[in-house]
Amino acid sequence: MKEENWDLIIKPKIKWYQVDLQSIWKYKDLLFLLVRRDFVALYKQTVLGPLWFFIQPLITSITFTFIFGRIAKISTDGNPPMLFYMAGITFWTYFSDCLTKTSNTFIANAGVFGKVYFPRLIMPLSVLVSNLIKLGLQLTIFFVFWIYYLNQTDNNIHPNWSYMWILPLLVFILAGLGLGFGILISSLTTKYRDLNFLVTFGVQLLMYGSSVVIPVSSMSDKIKSIMLLNPLTSIIEAFRFIFLGTGFFNGLGIFYSFIFMIVLVFCSVIIFNKVEKSFMDTV
Amino acid sequence: MADVVIKVENLGKQYRLGKVGTGTISHDLNRWWATVRGKEDPYLKVGDVNDRSQKGLSDFVWALKDINFEVKQGEVLGIIGKNGAGKSTLLKILSRVTSPTIGDVKAKGRIASLLEVGTGFHPDLSGRENVFLNGAILGMTKQEISSKFDEIIDFSGVERYIDTPVKRYSSGMYVRLAFAVAAHLEPEILIVDEVLAVGDAEFQKKCLGKMKDVSGQGRTVLFVSHNMAAVKGLCTHGIVLENGRHTFSGTNEEAINFYSQKSESLSQTELSERTDRKGNGKMKIYDIQFINESNLLVDELSSGEYYKIKFYFEKYGEVDASQLTFVLQLLNENDEIVTTIATDEQGTKFDKIPEKGCFEIEIPRLIFRGGKYKICYLLSEKKAFNTPHNVIDSLNDAKIMNVMRGDYWHSGLLNRPKGFIQESSIRLING
Repeated sequence: MKEENWDLIIKPKIKWYQVDLQSIWKYKDLLFLLVRRDFVALYKQTVLGPLWFFIQPLITSITFTFIFGRIAKISTDGNPPMLFYMAGITFWTYFSDCLTKTSNTFIANAGVFGKVYFPRLIMPLSVLVSNLIKLGLQLTIFFVFWIYYLNQTDNNIHPNWSYMWILPLLVFILAGLGLGFGILISSLTTKYRDLNFLVTFGVQLLMYGSSVVIPVSSMSDKIKSIMLLNPLTSIIEAFRFIFLGTGFFNGLGIFYSFIFMIVLVFCSVIIFNKVEKSFMDTV
Repeated sequence: MADVVIKVENLGKQYRLGKVGTGTISHDLNRWWATVRGKEDPYLKVGDVNDRSQKGLSDFVWALKDINFEVKQGEVLGIIGKNGAGKSTLLKILSRVTSPTIGDVKAKGRIASLLEVGTGFHPDLSGRENVFLNGAILGMTKQEISSKFDEIIDFSGVERYIDTPVKRYSSGMYVRLAFAVAAHLEPEILIVDEVLAVGDAEFQKKCLGKMKDVSGQGRTVLFVSHNMAAVKGLCTHGIVLENGRHTFSGTNEEAINFYSQKSESLSQTELSERTDRKGNGKMKIYDIQFINESNLLVDELSSGEYYKIKFYFEKYGEVDASQLTFVLQLLNENDEIVTTIATDEQGTKFDKIPEKGCFEIEIPRLIFRGGKYKICYLLSEKKAFNTPHNVIDSLNDAKIMNVMRGDYWHSGLLNRPKGFIQESSIRLING
């Protein structure tokens, strides 16, 4: 009988570069059904339903405006504080949601993963997509406010229209960073649960280190250069630069974030891929 | 000759016992250091046979070792073995939920596994939405599901509730819908783990029928079950696993015979020397005897006669008599429970447990027809209602009860074999 005609070979170890992108494509229907499930199930039995997508960033922005703007009087680069915080929060939320929701991929889905095989990366990818839709909705609410403020005289907003095209790139980098950190953490937590505790307040701390609240312009040069090591800082500053005309924009910074993201995603996908083979034994 | 579609070679799976967590970093570092120096993983050399009743020497056990078999296209392979023999681990490896420690599996065609029905069902979603979601998780495309949607709903028989969230379903409806999705998968290789143990008898029959159809279409099925009747009815071939080793493979009949002989030979060893007991050992049953009407010890029983079954025990530790529960189960040759006698459901209370004694069960008139029945027992201290039983001593296949065909009705004719004798007479009525 001819030997080498097998469609599938299950072996103890796989080569580090064997990431099965082909089968992820085969399961694309599952990805979209999972996205659908997230949306349908999230606001079932709520009165306001999808309105919560808008309420969350609004309330946070109002709170920030009140606490950081009015009480702490932190500079907003001369922008209307509401708009300034909203810009930061909208973008930040996408990153932090991607991170926190993918960081428990293995543990939260242990039940399903323990029974059926499908490419495990489908799960975090579906999180990325459903949060992308959420980001789209939240950006519209930002644009509503933005247009309102634009039409005010004396608004002190100077959009850099010519840079508008890099917006998708910014979102792409954010998504990659969220995914990379998320699945890295989720791979490590199958064995070492300690990281779980870190995620919640780690993300919180990172927010203050990403110029969501405090703009880079109000910092001393020394702190500024440390802040810019954080790949998120350039992204959020760039977003403000495009729409509000303030903020720190530097092509090199964006490039740094992009490379950071690529390396991170590459490494964490490889680790994730290795862990998914046997995590059921340790989780 | 049909093609080999699954080939398993030297398959093994090792698990670490005890607390996972402490020491994992040091083990990881040890492993890493060994690979750096180009040596063999130090933890692969150790490892005991997976025998739960004996305390092992090592922290590592082989849940499966040296498994070799082939499955040809169109075969329905039954995987038989006692609890803990490694059946589920094997299925998990085959369905790629976990990876083997050594060896490999080669397969041709799409594998779908049904280790559970309703995987990924979301309680808040409607039946319709869950059919799509579950189907996609099992590996179907949206198009495939749409084209079979009506069939699935028809099979499940829950059409009326299809747009209701599944959390409002009765558990039966839930399982029906879930199985319906799974039944309409069309993989070349289907792996099934006892999912048939759910649902009512009618539905089980439907499922078995469906599985037969599947294998009739030239697809290969791997089936794990404790239900020998199902294995008998469904499978063409069988393999027997024991303590993680592959002890037999052959046709269905042969495998079942091998398995039942095995458990019979086990029950012929002296009860006091059995090592597969479970429990804390505060009390131990060391002998089981059948006594007839004239107080004589017998080996074989016959229908319609008076018997006493005595379970002799010795006490080794303090036992709370008021909490003591004794449960006796009789299983037929297909490992199906025929009857259960339990002190807790009868409300029997014990006052004091002597150092030595016996539990006596009186059978005024044996209603079993001819056949072999296995005796399983469980002695436990029940601390409080609804809490897990605190097992003192328990043994499966403790003894075989050989029942000969008797003359229950004193009619001069021997009773027919199999099943119970029902105390009812047949009358003829005119009209």
